[in-house]
Amino acid sequence: MLGEGILKGLVETARNFFGSFVSKDRLTTVQFPEERLPQPEAARNFPFLVYDGDNWQAGMRCVACQICEKECPPKCIFIEKSSDKKPDYTGKQQFYPAVFNIDVSVCMSCQICVEVCPFDAIEMDNAFELSTTDRFGGLLWNREQLAKPNSYFHKIHPATATEIDERLAAAKAKAEAKAKPGADGGASTTPQPDPPPAAN
Amino acid sequence: MISMTTPPNQEMHEGLVADGGQDELLEIALGPHHPSTHGVFRMDVVLDGERVVKLKPVFGYLHRNHEKIAESASYLASMPYTDRLDYICSLTNNWAYALAVEKLAGLQVPERAEYIRVITAELTRLVNHTATIGFLTQEMGASGTPLMYAFREREKILDLFESLTGSRMMCNYMRFGGCRVELPAGWLEQTKKVVKDFPRFLDEYEQLLTGNEIFMARAQGVGVLKKDLAINAGITGPMLRASGVNYDIRKVDKYGIYDRFDFKIPLGEHGDVYDRYMVRMLEMRESLKILNQALRDLPQGPIMDPKAKIRGFRPKPGESYGRIEAPKGELGFYLISDGSPNPFRYRVRPPSLINLTVLEDMCRGYSIADTIVIFGTVDIVLGEVDR
Repeated sequence: MLGEGILKGLVETARNFFGSFVSKDRLTTVQFPEERLPQPEAARNFPFLVYDGDNWQAGMRCVACQICEKECPPKCIFIEKSSDKKPDYTGKQQFYPAVFNIDVSVCMSCQICVEVCPFDAIEMDNAFELSTTDRFGGLLWNREQLAKPNSYFHKIHPATATEIDERLAAAKAKAEAKAKPGADGGASTTPQPDPPPAAN
Repeated sequence: MISMTTPPNQEMHEGLVADGGQDELLEIALGPHHPSTHGVFRMDVVLDGERVVKLKPVFGYLHRNHEKIAESASYLASMPYTDRLDYICSLTNNWAYALAVEKLAGLQVPERAEYIRVITAELTRLVNHTATIGFLTQEMGASGTPLMYAFREREKILDLFESLTGSRMMCNYMRFGGCRVELPAGWLEQTKKVVKDFPRFLDEYEQLLTGNEIFMARAQGVGVLKKDLAINAGITGPMLRASGVNYDIRKVDKYGIYDRFDFKIPLGEHGDVYDRYMVRMLEMRESLKILNQALRDLPQGPIMDPKAKIRGFRPKPGESYGRIEAPKGELGFYLISDGSPNPFRYRVRPPSLINLTVLEDMCRGYSIADTIVIFGTVDIVLGEVDR
């Protein structure tokens, strides 16, 4: 019969229409600003710099090795190395970034900076409501805007953060154990065979 | 007379209406900002009444120098750019590129990673075909309803991608020698549920469309692509199979671990719009079969080749071609290495662009409204056509 297929289709549409009042399967949307779905743990948006403790300058994990700057596919990271050094989490003297800028209007959220970072200093944020009326200055983030505490990292990616914390604690314990035997006086300057990251 | 300074488009304009419009041919530009062109794409159409006499696809509006950028960036840095080729199916793009680099560097992918790749690739096929058919019905005039049903299902799979890779469309998941991260807790159960629920959607969708008289009138016998033309023009993917050619790289090459799965290749007979729709519907059912087998057999183990390096990756000099059956057709990456950290030559063989070359042959003699529908079944993404 001509029109049978259309009628069948209309039954289908009606089933979906009425089903949307009762079944979650058929109405999957939520009213966004009021109602929010939880983000999965892996969700990523833009990178941020992790720091330990309360002071972002003292606790900054980044040692300005500039690997992420080199590896970044769209080249949105700009780093200037400091001229002086500060102790890192194991007490070893390291450089720190005097300038660390990320142009988030260029960043494509690919996570490669996170993967190549040998110091677990850069991680992905999942904040997404970042609109600004200033399209140049407002989207060029400096190190102060990028620095976020480790506790924030724990909040957004608990599993990864715990794993990294364990790894860093093990490295610290190893460094301390190594520093002890020869450390009668100042232990912090003991030379360490910590692998300096290979370039490229 | 064409002077050297004439832009190429001008030449074509002169060629299209040769007699200056004397026998009342009308040349119109369909696009580049037309809702049916799936992006910025223009068809220069010459019409006799409402019938298409000539058609020239004009593209390049989205050209962004992908191949040259990849030649100046490291191998890893090109991986996120491959997401942006065919942005509907980023995971298959990742796989094709990873396959080419793995051939170049001689990396072995662990078994678990191979299974994860198959699972994500087949989910991508579902995503692509639902989107294609949804847009096809939209272009036939079914405003929204079938498209929204299709997107509702696609959404569930994108949620899976997000919880696995961190991003819904720009997944950037595969790495040379494996996959980036392990499956998160509960992901397999969630995937199994999506795969289990998917046939219900396909049944409903087929009830809505397959027997629909309006749909059949618009699709059957329209835009026929002959078998020999399809072969000669290098068409691949569902378009080729709808013309009746049994050629699927999953069966021909058996790349990855596709030889372990039991699935069939759906073939069309007539090569019209309806066959191309039907082949995609059936292909989704076959993908579900593969998914069920892969999810059942997924082994434990590592997901990365221990020899693979993230930093300082320099493959030995040589060349390689990695190709896969992407949802749109044969997607290939051709690489030449000179031993430096970036490829000497990087070439993409995009299925969308090559499938587009027969558009004129399919559209000649049909009306403008049919041209839009035929164009919809070619299934292109402009990110891949223009690169």
